[in-house]
Amino acid sequence: MARKAMLIDITRCIGCGLCRDACKEQNGLPAGEETKLNANAYTVVQDYGHDVYVRRLCMHCEVPTCVSVCPVGAFTKTADGPVLYEESKCIGCRYCMQACPYQVPTYTWDQTEPRVRKCIFCHSRLAQGLPTACAEACPTGATIFGDREELIAEAQRRLREEPEKYVDHIYGLTEAGGSSVFFLSAIPFEQLGFPGNLPKHPLPLLTWNALSKIPDIVAVGGTALYGLWWIINRRDEVGRLHAKLKEMEDRKE
Amino acid sequence: MKKLLGQLTFWRAVLVMLLGLGLYATYVRFTQGLGAATNLSDQFPWGLWIGFDILCGVGLAAGGFTLCAIVYIFNIQAYKAVIRPAVLTAFLGYLLVIFALLYDLGRPERIWHAIVMWNPSSVMFEVAWCVMLYTTVLALEFSPILFEKLGWERPLRIVRAITVPLVIVGVLLSTLHQSSLGSLYLIVPEKLHPLWYSSLLPVFFFVSAIGAGCAMVIFESFMSSRAFKREIEMPQLAQLGRVLVVILMIYTVMKLQDLADRRAWVHVVTPTLEAMLYWAEMGLGVLLPMILLARPHVRRHPTGLFCSALLVVLGFVLNRMNVSITGMEAWARAGYFPSWMEIAVTMMIVALGITAFALAARHLPVFSPTAREEKTTMTESPHLAWAE
Repeated sequence: MARKAMLIDITRCIGCGLCRDACKEQNGLPAGEETKLNANAYTVVQDYGHDVYVRRLCMHCEVPTCVSVCPVGAFTKTADGPVLYEESKCIGCRYCMQACPYQVPTYTWDQTEPRVRKCIFCHSRLAQGLPTACAEACPTGATIFGDREELIAEAQRRLREEPEKYVDHIYGLTEAGGSSVFFLSAIPFEQLGFPGNLPKHPLPLLTWNALSKIPDIVAVGGTALYGLWWIINRRDEVGRLHAKLKEMEDRKE
Repeated sequence: MKKLLGQLTFWRAVLVMLLGLGLYATYVRFTQGLGAATNLSDQFPWGLWIGFDILCGVGLAAGGFTLCAIVYIFNIQAYKAVIRPAVLTAFLGYLLVIFALLYDLGRPERIWHAIVMWNPSSVMFEVAWCVMLYTTVLALEFSPILFEKLGWERPLRIVRAITVPLVIVGVLLSTLHQSSLGSLYLIVPEKLHPLWYSSLLPVFFFVSAIGAGCAMVIFESFMSSRAFKREIEMPQLAQLGRVLVVILMIYTVMKLQDLADRRAWVHVVTPTLEAMLYWAEMGLGVLLPMILLARPHVRRHPTGLFCSALLVVLGFVLNRMNVSITGMEAWARAGYFPSWMEIAVTMMIVALGITAFALAARHLPVFSPTAREEKTTMTESPHLAWAE
């Protein structure tokens, strides 16, 4: 299956909230008009004034931080794009929430058996060849669904054809190694609450740099410690034997 | 401390009060969930329990592996007198860290998942395995104290025979684990304040843990010498104070070099809350005790030594809290401050730790003369037995 993605053109969004409602229906979440992601809202629409509305949802990164940090592998990145969460594995350490650069995963804090909640890219719909519920519900085409490469080409086309309309940036193309959700905007992304200081490389590289040194530390460290012990204690042993020998000789004389 | 537990009703009352508040918070936590008991939120998912109970708990236990390495690997037998309390602290520290983790994990009953569900790319996975393995090592390192008390000769001989490999494994696991607590934060370059975020975080965590571990040994020896009215091991502890100076110097040089490499000086001199806390951490917790301990008359005076060690411990705690909480606050804009129940659980855990240490010190040969006598037999390495 070709990798799927979504393109969200902020200039076309009218803030109707149909994407949010469709998402709630699709995922069986209680109705509500949240403006912040929480355990009951996998996507929200935020009003920035002057008819600027910004959707929030999981970016479904190419090299997802959550997948990398989860100690029990409760997160997986599927071949067609979605990042999924397996509730039955989760131990509730919340490292995924701590580590996500977009602050997406949320938690059912009020439950005694809490779980992480986030957009799952309508994975079951994708399997049936359908677009995500939010893209299907969007009346203005602000959110469109399709093959990842085609959507990138479409975003580039829009930037090329109407350069005066957009800031020259496809958000999500290179951020933290890229994602499966892209944004176009007329206003600089930092002003719309998008993290502006993300590196171009995937964040898991940072921890992998440290983790990959573990075998070396164990092998070299273990050998060095054993060698040190061997040299130092042997010296001590020999010293004691010498002292004993000398003592015995002294006694003979 | 015998006094505290046995006679002084004031400290008993404090203990009972802390236990009461802690148990109430425990009840709320496990019947109503994390949301009801803590001030954690989607914006601020890690708070006091990770920052203090886990990060500080593990770091302050670092005296165990440090002294084991000094005595068994480097064969500096003078420190033998303080090795047992250090191992006891480490063992209790790790047990309490696991205990605290059960509060913080959303699904504590699944804590065993990390044994069967692997994700080697996760720092947390490494932390989980190090905690499991190192707690086992510590239990074995602690076991002679128990076997001696019980008079079990055979298990005692077996454990003593494997002391050196055990110590080597322990040092390796500690090195990995202390540093990996720093590695946890490598993944949040855009969130953690530049005063603390550095690719050297794992190294800083490791070096500062060694310093804090040594300081804790001094701290405990001082406290227990007063509580049990026993003579304090001043020559060894003063020496340890000297070791501490060197560690603090290495740490300072590395921190300065790191600031220079990252061109982060500007954050140090900009008057922000973060900069103030950074100065408190480095000035009071590193530079001041370093200067104090470098002076022989401070180092050789019990009170001077104790106060300097206390500064190091406090500076260490402040550093871990800065990395885990204050350094993350600005980015998260969550205004997190722990709830009284989070604080109550933490205080209860600390109180339990002190009580367990006092009980062990009173009933087991931790500081007692047997520990000293045993020192002479154990200095002989097993290989030398034939030469007797």
